Amino acid sequence: MGHSSGKNYINEEPGLLSWFTSLDHKRIALLYFVSVMTFFLVGGIMALLLRLELFAPNTTANVGQVLKNGDIYNQVLTYHGAIMVFMVIIPGIPAILGNFFLPLQIGAKDVAFPRLNLASWYVFMLGACLAIGTFFSTKIDTGWTFYTPYSIRTGSAVVMMVVAAFIMGMSSILTGLNFIVTVHKLRAPGMSMFRMPLFTWAIYSTAILQVLATPILGITLLLLVMERTFGVGIFDPKLGGDPVLFQHFFWFYSHPAVYIMILPAMGVVSELITTYSKKTIFGYTAIAYSSIGIAAVSFFVWGHHMFVSGQSEIAGIIFSFLTMLVGVPTAIKMFNWLATLYKGSIEFTASMLYALGFLFLFAIGGVTGIMLAVTAIDVHFHDTYFVVAHFHYVMVGGTLMAIMGGFYHWFPKMFGKMYNETTAIISWVFIFVGFNVTFFPQFILGAKGMPRRYFDYIPEYEQLNKISTVGSWLIAVGFLFGLYTIIRGLTSGEKAPDNPWGSKTLEWQTSSPPIMHNFDHDPVVTAGPYEYK
Amino acid sequence: MSTNRLVNGVQVASHYRDEKHQYASNKEGIWLFMVTEILMFGGLFVGYILFHSLYPEMFAEGASFLDWKLGFVNTLVLIFSSLTMALGIYFNQVGQPSKATWALWTTVACGAIFMIIKYFEYTHKFHMGIFPGKFLDPVMMAEHGHTVQNANLGLYFGFYFCMSGLHGLHVLIGMGLISWIAIKNMKREFNPKYFTPIEGVGIFWHIVDLIWIFLFPLLYLVG
Amino acid sequence: MAILMLLMNKAMAGSFMPTQGTEISKQVDNLYGFLLVVSFISCVILIGGMIYFALKYKRKTANDKTAYITHDTRLEVLWSVIPLIIFLFVFGWGWVIYHDMRTMPKDALEINVSGKQWAWTVEYKNGVKSTEVVVPVNKDVKLVLSSEDVIHSFYIPSFRIKQDAVPGRYQAIWFKAEKLGEFHVFCTEYCGTSHSAMITKLKVVSQEDFDKWLVSESEIGTLPLAQRGAKYFQTRACASCHNVDNPAAKIGPTLYQRWGKEVANADGSKVAFDENHVRESIMLPQSQIAAGFPSPSPMPSFQGQLSESELAAIIEYIKGLN
Repeated sequence: MGHSSGKNYINEEPGLLSWFTSLDHKRIALLYFVSVMTFFLVGGIMALLLRLELFAPNTTANVGQVLKNGDIYNQVLTYHGAIMVFMVIIPGIPAILGNFFLPLQIGAKDVAFPRLNLASWYVFMLGACLAIGTFFSTKIDTGWTFYTPYSIRTGSAVVMMVVAAFIMGMSSILTGLNFIVTVHKLRAPGMSMFRMPLFTWAIYSTAILQVLATPILGITLLLLVMERTFGVGIFDPKLGGDPVLFQHFFWFYSHPAVYIMILPAMGVVSELITTYSKKTIFGYTAIAYSSIGIAAVSFFVWGHHMFVSGQSEIAGIIFSFLTMLVGVPTAIKMFNWLATLYKGSIEFTASMLYALGFLFLFAIGGVTGIMLAVTAIDVHFHDTYFVVAHFHYVMVGGTLMAIMGGFYHWFPKMFGKMYNETTAIISWVFIFVGFNVTFFPQFILGAKGMPRRYFDYIPEYEQLNKISTVGSWLIAVGFLFGLYTIIRGLTSGEKAPDNPWGSKTLEWQTSSPPIMHNFDHDPVVTAGPYEYK
Repeated sequence: MSTNRLVNGVQVASHYRDEKHQYASNKEGIWLFMVTEILMFGGLFVGYILFHSLYPEMFAEGASFLDWKLGFVNTLVLIFSSLTMALGIYFNQVGQPSKATWALWTTVACGAIFMIIKYFEYTHKFHMGIFPGKFLDPVMMAEHGHTVQNANLGLYFGFYFCMSGLHGLHVLIGMGLISWIAIKNMKREFNPKYFTPIEGVGIFWHIVDLIWIFLFPLLYLVG
Repeated sequence: MAILMLLMNKAMAGSFMPTQGTEISKQVDNLYGFLLVVSFISCVILIGGMIYFALKYKRKTANDKTAYITHDTRLEVLWSVIPLIIFLFVFGWGWVIYHDMRTMPKDALEINVSGKQWAWTVEYKNGVKSTEVVVPVNKDVKLVLSSEDVIHSFYIPSFRIKQDAVPGRYQAIWFKAEKLGEFHVFCTEYCGTSHSAMITKLKVVSQEDFDKWLVSESEIGTLPLAQRGAKYFQTRACASCHNVDNPAAKIGPTLYQRWGKEVANADGSKVAFDENHVRESIMLPQSQIAAGFPSPSPMPSFQGQLSESELAAIIEYIKGLN
C-alpha cells in the first residue's frame, strides 16, 4: 500500500532540526520517546542505587553503605519517585504510543491541535529541565508526594521542584485536552465511538482524567509554593493551617493519576491480546465502559491513602467501600482478557509475552490492592514495603510491561523495520523474572512490618532485602537486552511489511512507516476493530 | 504536519474537513481548557470553605478589613467589561470590525481599572501591616489602630492574597490576550466567517469575570 | 470446613506476620489469612487459566481458525457479581475490626507520646519521661500522639496498629498487650534525614514491674548526677557501642580510663578528652573521628535529643570511669 513514492514521516522533512519544529503527531511521539526513555534510564539508575544501599543494614560502618548517609538516600529516593511518576509513567503511554497511534487508529490525519501538541512537548521539557535542575541546586528530599509540613520546613529546593511538577502537569492537561477533542471530532467516516479500538478508548478515558484531575494538583502545588515563599499558612499547623488538607488535595489528583498511569496500559494489553490470539476481543463494550467506570470512581477514593492520617472513622469506611467498587471494573477487564485467549490462536511474540506478563503481575497487584483497601489490613500495611511492592506490581509490572509490549508491537509500524524476536524474548525473561525476584519479597517485608522510605533497617529484614537487590540486577540486565534489541532493530532490522501481525485496526492499513498524512485515501470504516472471522 | 488550505474563504488545517469542523473543534478545546481553570479555582474555594467553617470569627475579622465598596465597584467594572467583550465578538460577526476594535480596547481599559483599584487595595493593606500568613504584622496593625483579635488572622489573608492574586494574574493575562486580538482585529485578520481567536479569548474573559463574581461575596461580604 | 479454613489462615498468616501481641492483631491476621486464601485462589484461576489457555491454544499454523465470541452476558454478570460480593464481604469484615481499633476504651491508662525529628518522647501521668514505651500487660493503654515538627507515624507491627502523629492536633491509638516482651516501634511517615533511625521499643511488663519501674524512673531526678548518667548511658543505648569497664574497642572507642588523657583523631590531630570533647562527640559525632575508626561514624547525633542536664549527667558518669 502506498509507498510508491518511498516517502514517509521519517524522511519527508530532512535534518535534525526539522524534528524540533515538526507538527506531525508521529514525530512528536518520537520526541517524547527519546526524552521519556532518557528519564527512565536516570530513574532506573537511582532505583539500582537504592537497592544497593538496602543490600545490607548498616550495622557495621561502611558495609552495604553505598549512599553515604540518610540525606543522600532520601534525595535519591525522591528523585527516583518524582522522575518515574511525573516524567516516565504519566507521559509514557499517552504521549508516546497515544500520540503516535490514537490518530492512526481512528483514521485521522493528525491530532486536533498539532501546534499545541508540539507546545506540550516543549512545556514538558521545560518542567523536566527544572526538575533535573534542582539536582544542581539544594536538591530535594521530600519524597515525590511533597507532604506538608515537612516540605515547608526542609531546606531543599522544594519550590523549584514543585514548579517543575506544575509545569509538567500543564503539559499533561494540554495533551489530554488535545486527545479528547481529537476523539470527539476527528474520527473517520463510519468510525463510531463503539468502533474505536480499545487502546483509543483507554487513552480517551485517561485524557478525561488528565483534564479533570490535574488542575487540582496545579492549585495544590501553587499553594505549596505560596506556603514556602509567603508563608500563607493554609497547610502550616503553626499558623492554624492543616497539613492533612494537603494530603487530601494531593491524593484527589494523585489517585486518579494512578489510573492515568494504568488505564493506557490496559488499552495496550487489549490490543496485544486480541492481535496475538487472532481473535476478537471478548466483551468489547464491557472493557470500554469499565475504562470510563474506573475513571469516574477513581475521583472518589483518594481517602484510602489516609486511613491512619487522622481522618474520621466514617470517612475511612466510605473510602474503603468506594475503593472496593473500583475493583469490580478491574476484575471485569482481567476476566475479559482471559476469555479472549480461550479458543484463540496464540502466538508467543515478545509483545504477547509482555501482555501475558502484565496479566500475571497485574493479578498479583490487583489482589494485594484489595487487601490494602480493607481498612483494618491497611492500618498494618500502610507505609510499609507491602505498599511499595503493591504499587510497583501495578505501575511497573502493569504500565512498564505494557509500554514494552506495546513498543515491540508497534515497532514495525513506527520505524518500518523488524526487531529481533529472540533478544526481545531474552530481555522479557530477565525483566519478568527479575521483577518478581525484586518485588515479591517486598510483600513479605511489608507484612513483617518494614516501613518504606527507610535508609537502614533492623537485621531481621536483611535476607529478603538481599534477594530483592539481586532481582534489581536481573531487571537491569533485561533492560540492557531490550536496549540492544531496539538499537539492532533500528540499525539493521529487516524491512517491515505493512501489517506483520495480521492485525485488524486501522493503523496497520497504512504503510510502514506511515506517510506524513497517515493515509493515502481517507479511510472509511465499516466494521468494528477486531473482526477476526 | 498541517498544511492549510482555503475553504469558504477561511484557512483550514488539512486534518479538518471544512471551516465549521475546525471551528467546532477549536471551541471544544477552549471550553475544556476553561473547565481546568474552574477546577483549579475550585480547589481554592474548597480550602476557603473548609477553613471558614473552622474559624468563622477569624474570617469575619479578616473580612472587616476589606472595603466592600471598592470590591463592588470592581465587580461592576468587570461585569461591564464582559458586556464590551461580548460586543467585540458581536461586531465581528456582523462585519463591523472598527466598532469591535473600540469594544475590545474598552474591555482592556476595564481590566486596567480593575487592576488599579486592586493595586490601591493591596498597598493600603501592606501599609497597615496586613500581609499573608506569617508576615502579618500585628504590631504595625496596632499602630494603625487595629488590635488583632484572632492569632491566626494571617491565614485569612493567606487566602485573600492567594485567591485575589491568582485571579489578578488571570486578569493581566486576559488583558494581554485581548490587546493581542484587538491588534489583530485592527489589521483586519478577522471576518464574519472567521473569528475563533476573539471568541476563545472572550470565553476566557467571561470565565475570569465569573470567578470574580464568586470571589467578591466570599472575600468581602461573607463573615 | 470453617475450622479447616481458620487453621489454614492461622498457618499462613503466622508465617508472614510479626508475633501477635494483642487480640486485635489476631483478628487482623485472620482476615489477612482469609484474604490470602481468596487471593491465592483468584490468582490460580486467572494466572492458571491464562497459562492453560496459552498453551492449549498455542498457534499451530498461520491460518488457524479462531472462535468468534464477542461476549457472554451470563459469564460477564457472574464475574462482576462474584468479585463484588467478595469485596463487600472483606470490606465489612475489615470495618468491624477497624471500628474496634478506632474506638477508645474507657478507663485506659493514658500515655502521651510526642514525635520529634527523630525520636519519640513518652511521658507518663506522674511526669516520668522516657524514650521507650513501657506498659503493663493485659491493660487497656491509650497513647495520645502529638508532634512537635513534621508528621510522624507511630507503628507497632506486632500489634498491627499505626497512627500518624500530626503537628497541631492530638490523635489517639489504643491497645491491650497480651504478651510480655519487647516489641519494635517504627516511624512510618517519612520525616527526613534519620527517619529510618526513629525506632524505639515497646516493653510489655507485668503490672508489678510497671509500677516499680514508674517509681524508680520518677526518682531518677533525685539521684546523684553520676548515677543518673549511668542510667541514661543504658537507656540511650550508649552502652551497646562503648565499653566502660575495659580498654577494648567495641563499635565505638572505649570510655574506660579515658578522662583527662590526650586522644588521637583519625586526621592525626590530638585532642584533650574533656567535657567539651565528649559534648561535641555526642552532639556532632561526625566532627571528630577517633583514630582507627571509620568515617563517617555510625554514631547518631544526639543533638536536640538530650537536655543539658542529661548531658551533664552522662559526662559526670564518664568522668567516674577512671
